[in-house]
Amino acid sequence: MTDYDVVVVGGGHNGLICATYLAKSGKRVAVLEAAESAGGCAESREFATGYTVSACAQWVDQLSPEVTRDLALEAHGLRWVAKNLDSISLGADGRHLTLCGADVNAPGLSQEDRETYRDFHQKMMRYAKLLVKVFNERAPTLVDSNLTDRITLAKLGLGLKMLGKDDMSDLMRIILINMYDVMEESFEDDQLKALLALEGVLGAHMGPRSPNTVYGYLYRCVGQVFGFSGPALVKGGVGALGQALAASAAAAGVTVRLGTRVSSIDTEGGRAVGVTLEGGEQLKAPLVVSSADPVTTFENLVGYRNIETGMARRVSQIRHKSGTAKLHLALDGAPAFTGLDAAQLGQRLVIAPDMNYIERAFNAVKYSEYSSAPAMDISIPTLHDPSMAPEGKHVLSAIVQFAPYEPEGGWDQHRESFTKLLLDVLEAYAPGISKEVVATELLTPQDLEGQFGMRGGHWHHGEIAIDQILMMRPFPGATQYGTAVDGLYLCGAGAHPGGGLTGLPGRNAAREIIKRGAAA
Amino acid sequence: MKGTSDSTMMLKTPFHSRTEAACEINCWGDWMGYTTPNAYFDVELEYFAVRSTAGVFDISPMNKYRITGPDAQAYLNRVVTRDVSKIGLGRVGYTVWCNDAGQVMDDGTIFHLAENDYRLCAYARATDWLEWCAMGFDVSIEDETASVAALALQGPTSCSVLKAMGLEDIENLKPFGMRDYELEGESLMVSRTGFTGDLGYELWIAPHKAELLWDRLFEAGEHYLIKPFGSDALEIARIEAGFVQAGVDFVPAEDAVRNGRTRSPYELGLGWLVNLDKGVFNGRKALQKELQEGSRYRFVILDVEGNKPADSSFILKGNKQVGAVTSAAWCPTAKTNVAFAQVEMPHGAVGQELVAEIYYQRELHWSRMLAPCKVIDAPVFNLPRRRATPALPF
Repeated sequence: MTDYDVVVVGGGHNGLICATYLAKSGKRVAVLEAAESAGGCAESREFATGYTVSACAQWVDQLSPEVTRDLALEAHGLRWVAKNLDSISLGADGRHLTLCGADVNAPGLSQEDRETYRDFHQKMMRYAKLLVKVFNERAPTLVDSNLTDRITLAKLGLGLKMLGKDDMSDLMRIILINMYDVMEESFEDDQLKALLALEGVLGAHMGPRSPNTVYGYLYRCVGQVFGFSGPALVKGGVGALGQALAASAAAAGVTVRLGTRVSSIDTEGGRAVGVTLEGGEQLKAPLVVSSADPVTTFENLVGYRNIETGMARRVSQIRHKSGTAKLHLALDGAPAFTGLDAAQLGQRLVIAPDMNYIERAFNAVKYSEYSSAPAMDISIPTLHDPSMAPEGKHVLSAIVQFAPYEPEGGWDQHRESFTKLLLDVLEAYAPGISKEVVATELLTPQDLEGQFGMRGGHWHHGEIAIDQILMMRPFPGATQYGTAVDGLYLCGAGAHPGGGLTGLPGRNAAREIIKRGAAA
Repeated sequence: MKGTSDSTMMLKTPFHSRTEAACEINCWGDWMGYTTPNAYFDVELEYFAVRSTAGVFDISPMNKYRITGPDAQAYLNRVVTRDVSKIGLGRVGYTVWCNDAGQVMDDGTIFHLAENDYRLCAYARATDWLEWCAMGFDVSIEDETASVAALALQGPTSCSVLKAMGLEDIENLKPFGMRDYELEGESLMVSRTGFTGDLGYELWIAPHKAELLWDRLFEAGEHYLIKPFGSDALEIARIEAGFVQAGVDFVPAEDAVRNGRTRSPYELGLGWLVNLDKGVFNGRKALQKELQEGSRYRFVILDVEGNKPADSSFILKGNKQVGAVTSAAWCPTAKTNVAFAQVEMPHGAVGQELVAEIYYQRELHWSRMLAPCKVIDAPVFNLPRRRATPALPF
């Protein structure tokens, strides 16, 4: 007698989405989440008295519309307070460049750059649409492919063909190179180049000159195919998305157990048979689905000794080093950024004046140092949703690149100085902001790892790079959500297509399990 | 026994001063980077020493790994295909190990020296693989190839030689057993193991006492017609005894670069070494599948008509090529022309008659011969004295 048909390890967005689809197909599903709230990276948290912030992900800009619809997230409480925000690249001198969808504007921006960008954007959208076709399916395998895989490959092949000869050869040319080169050959404006280049390296341990960054950029463009021509904000912060997912799961009959940490995924004779919880309770289930990252799943939960060496070796070689930190500020009043009006202040603000600035920021993290002039992706959600702070007060949330996983001597001795440095950087663009700060919170990659259960603090649960995507994600032999451990599936960001709040790994994993039926 | 020849300085074994002096015809080969004699004086005479009296072979270059720590047994059980928990204390087990695809990486022996203390002897260098395998286990792996010297003493008089050397009660040592002795204050480990399929022992000692061991052995063995033998004589003996050789009869799985060139234990006739019920081990899932779906190839021992060794021959059924020979030799004691071959399933059932397409050359003139051959059910050399305990005095 089993307790459930499926036990899902981790109640992050992908775990919840996977569980909901499975429950809708008639399975008895339990989601086990270590934290006291569901949502994982979709979490809102009061970080200072009265001030709430989206603790991990700060924007929603890639959520699959199909997931939103299938899970009736709006009926379960998801409310948008802002959509399609502009991305504004801040200049220290007050010259700002604004980008939304296919349009870009800035004082002194050449007509040529505007037109080139429009063409560039259209082309990238064509490529991104092609990616979406593959992202919506399980990753096809090349060897041992079956009909499903061949159809996906045919779609991809046909899609490539349909791009036309010029687009196709250009995609082949740029897909493996880097944003720096592509930007240099396309545009003149430094801020435009840097803004686009930053998209390619967000969340990654890469600089604009790193290979794979064009793929990283296209990965983010998928959000535009999903209808987000700019980032969106959720009422109550991203945590409200987590709550909506949890409500949808509950409505579908999923048992969501919070504050329940799984200490091991149990196997017998090479097959998953359930999980053991911290405290010793055992839950039996013929299927275990892990939304934890693959390294945590196999090294810590299954245990390397319970899988074969080749697989353990592949897991141990997954690159999951992050260079991303998160800064939260509780502000006494709205900050004033040089040259921004009130409406602009509520947009997505980016500090990355030129590509070398980002590259230099990345250089530091290669040597486990933090950037002396980091790039930042800033949100002031309280301008759209005043409920997240006391009246008249504000919250600033920023993605910071780059911060090392472990600086020399450990984060304890650097936390204060790095926070101070970040405030100084902000001060250059928003003079006087430091005086408004009533509380700060810095989440280093180690904090993100500890609080959100992602190895290395990497929001993709493993670098998005050519050797770790599609049929190689998270590693060869575990590319279609199923693994060499029978009955154990992966549904987290580590699985195809990757991280970000897309919901696709969870949805695809559920579809695969349902499709395999009794053979799962 | 082939190694790679390059410009690297060749190593000498701890017995080198003695093997060099004994190597009358100065015929040397390369075994894993060590200079080892291919032949000492005459391949056939050396072979007959092994089969009729006693032969000594320097096995020091064999890769030896010491596996210790609380998880040593569990670790080895994950690495190799057989159930290591069944290799009792003081016993030796022959085994193979596979990669995840269930393809054989190497074969070798496991010596159970003490509780959670094992020695693994391997054909190929295995440090990297053994280290990879150690993830998740509390074990230490030490390469003791250079720190343990070893001789194989093989043949009917081998037990008598050891008795003459003063090793009491050695005749009661069972096959695949081992025992500790002392040689002038130094510990000498003796195991009843070998690669010739006959009564024989392997002697393990610290390198600084290696020459002493050689000398004592040859003094004690003088009346028992002890002789050193080289790799060429061993090659005949092992084929006669039905032993496959890594790198010859199969490509170590992680060395192969071409798809489909590797073999599973079942395809090498070593299925008896696989225990699918012992829990997770490398290759288990793939081997389970192979057992259900069938193997691609079969390892066969062929009795080939005539006396021309069927080296590198194609194996035909009718006009169709169904396999190829991996090892072949005229076996003098069994007076049989033996070949090991890999044949495609479903061919190779015992008793099946096939044809070996043998090419041979005389003074640059190539000839082709179609030699009928038959699949036989067991090695051609297998005498009761190999297993008799107490060992018979010769």
